[in-house]
Amino acid sequence: MTVQERPGAAYRPTPPPAWKPRTDPAPLLPDPEPYRVLGTDAAAGADPQLLLRLYAELVRGRRYNAQATALTKQGRLAVYPSSTGQEACEVAAALALEERDWLFPSYRDTLAAVARGLDPVQALTLLRGDWHTGYDPREHRIAPLCTPLATQLPHAVGLAHAARLKGDDVVALAMVGDGGTSEGDFHEALNFAAVWQAPVVFLVQNNGFAISVPLAKQTAAPSLAHKAVGYGMPGRLVDGNDAAAVHEVLTEAVGRARRGGGPTLVEAVTYRIDAHTNADDATRYRGDSEVEAWREHDPIRLLEKELTGRGLLDEDTVKAAGDAAEAMAAKLRERMNADPVLDPMDLFAHVYAEQTGQLREQAAQLRAELDAESGEGTHGAEGDAR
Amino acid sequence: MSTATARQAKPATMAQALQRAMRDAMAEDPSVHVMGEDVGTLGGVFRVTDGLAKEFGEERCTDTPLAEAGILGTAVGMAMYGLRPVVEMQFDAFAYPAFEQLISHVARMRNRTRGAMPMPITVRVPYGGGIGGVEHHSDSSEAYYMATPGLHVVTPATVDDAYGLLRAAIASDDPVVFLEPKRLYWSKADWSPEAPAAVEPIGRAVVRRQGRSATLITYGPSLPVCMEAAEAAQAEGWDLEVVDLRSLVPFDDETVCASVRRTGRAVVVHEATGFGGPGAEIAARVTERCFHHLEAPVLRVAGFDIPYPPPMLERHHLPGVDRVLDAVARLQWEAES
Repeated sequence: MTVQERPGAAYRPTPPPAWKPRTDPAPLLPDPEPYRVLGTDAAAGADPQLLLRLYAELVRGRRYNAQATALTKQGRLAVYPSSTGQEACEVAAALALEERDWLFPSYRDTLAAVARGLDPVQALTLLRGDWHTGYDPREHRIAPLCTPLATQLPHAVGLAHAARLKGDDVVALAMVGDGGTSEGDFHEALNFAAVWQAPVVFLVQNNGFAISVPLAKQTAAPSLAHKAVGYGMPGRLVDGNDAAAVHEVLTEAVGRARRGGGPTLVEAVTYRIDAHTNADDATRYRGDSEVEAWREHDPIRLLEKELTGRGLLDEDTVKAAGDAAEAMAAKLRERMNADPVLDPMDLFAHVYAEQTGQLREQAAQLRAELDAESGEGTHGAEGDAR
Repeated sequence: MSTATARQAKPATMAQALQRAMRDAMAEDPSVHVMGEDVGTLGGVFRVTDGLAKEFGEERCTDTPLAEAGILGTAVGMAMYGLRPVVEMQFDAFAYPAFEQLISHVARMRNRTRGAMPMPITVRVPYGGGIGGVEHHSDSSEAYYMATPGLHVVTPATVDDAYGLLRAAIASDDPVVFLEPKRLYWSKADWSPEAPAAVEPIGRAVVRRQGRSATLITYGPSLPVCMEAAEAAQAEGWDLEVVDLRSLVPFDDETVCASVRRTGRAVVVHEATGFGGPGAEIAARVTERCFHHLEAPVLRVAGFDIPYPPPMLERHHLPGVDRVLDAVARLQWEAES
């Protein structure tokens, strides 16, 4: 056989198997400019009753933050991560949800839980050093305040997914800070949510710092909302100090999730006016001028200007909001000044549904220690009665 | 002969028993959901979830994205809403990304909510070596789980227990780390995949072989090793009792200590590393409770304190019959004067 008896067919590369990136649904990218309502034309469409309600909640929230911070100085709270300056995010988060929906707060989101109707003392149980969660999460549809960063986000996805499997139109709203977006659980939660099209909304409160680390050292993404496109969900960027804008964007995202439209990532751009917690010294990592600029862009002030401009805010309304906030603070102070009574035997009560033999032995040991102590008058009948 | 009768005549494997446990649980309780990487269409890399997606639909036997923290983290949320997730971690070392969810949330959710929010999650972890797996496919990670309050840690060694204990784990209102000895997946028993099978309560050890001269305390993949060692030891005049723990948490002090008090000598056998390993805890417990009955120190036969070796060397690492017999010989202990 000669080398080539007949001319070979010209070389034609076989086409690669068909694959192309998804281009549908269309644009998921956020607007580069954070969405604003207050002080813009969009404000004309805002419901006056809603604006007034937001105002009252913001004033109450600001007072709550101040009171809780004061309680740390008196040793009544072990720690308090203040959300002063971020109240618009907290309040809007709570008000965007229906009663059947679930809130998954981070440790800084006490105020969102309170705005959703949780008893302020119950909301502070963890931070007080009393039992870790002072309420029944199922009763209030508020997950325990989550201290590890971003780990509550997959919980929100799972719950929303389960609700949909059961045919309930329940939405989960999960809150996280800018630092938390660097955690692996943030990624896994968003990925699961998008793949499952779970009815969940992620609200990132970008308050500029993760303790001391500024956003520029946290991420190289154009914005945190831009991260959404990589998961195949829409990203929305909103002015986090504009309560009306946050409320509108969240309500829209919650509604979209409820209608089966899948998850949304919302980045609310805000600023943490106070330090990370009472134990932090913010002057080591940021200047006064920066803080002052954000004080000018204060969520309460923004709303006051809008309401005043539209003739919706009179002295009586301001006074009523202030008085209600003071009353809340006074009651909180009074209740938090009472010494909580904890039963040491509760240490063993809820480790398992049924105590193991090992825990029964240890409980008996503690019981004996307490009985011995009670002879000295430090442990009374109160604990025994439980 | 009908198909069912044909199948009944064939002994079942542990993998089949586990599969049936999930199938029966799913059939009885619509809140049971199986999820993990490859558990659906493929039926799991060990085929333990074979057929579940087909029978119950992909919503109840779900192929998840490849992310262990996400798998367990979403399972937490599902449990919060009243479901009973059974998650698969595919291989022992693949579970490590999920540790934060397991330790910070799954294990303590009941406790931190004072009983309001139980976590009825079963975490299935194929574990241990002996199958020639490459790195990260053969770890024995039970000590990590044992050290975390709030978790049950269960590991079957027989086909019956694989069914009975997995049913109990899924029914439990508490989280259970269910360690499946993967080198026993294909071990067989005269166990019909169709006949009625018993659910075993979690937390009880069993005496697999009665004996008078020493107790071998073991579990999971090391049970067959100990049974073989006990047979071999007979020639040396040792009449060994073998206790299969089945549950590491809760730990059955009663059964273990009753045996050691009878025999006066004990060896703990497992393939996890010895230092800080399960045997350390077990030996300490036995010593604390049975000191006056002991004729010799409680010994441990464990894997070496090394990262799990490459498959070509694993036979040197895994405790085998000879190493168990050597330890038994050392039980003829005489105190130094």
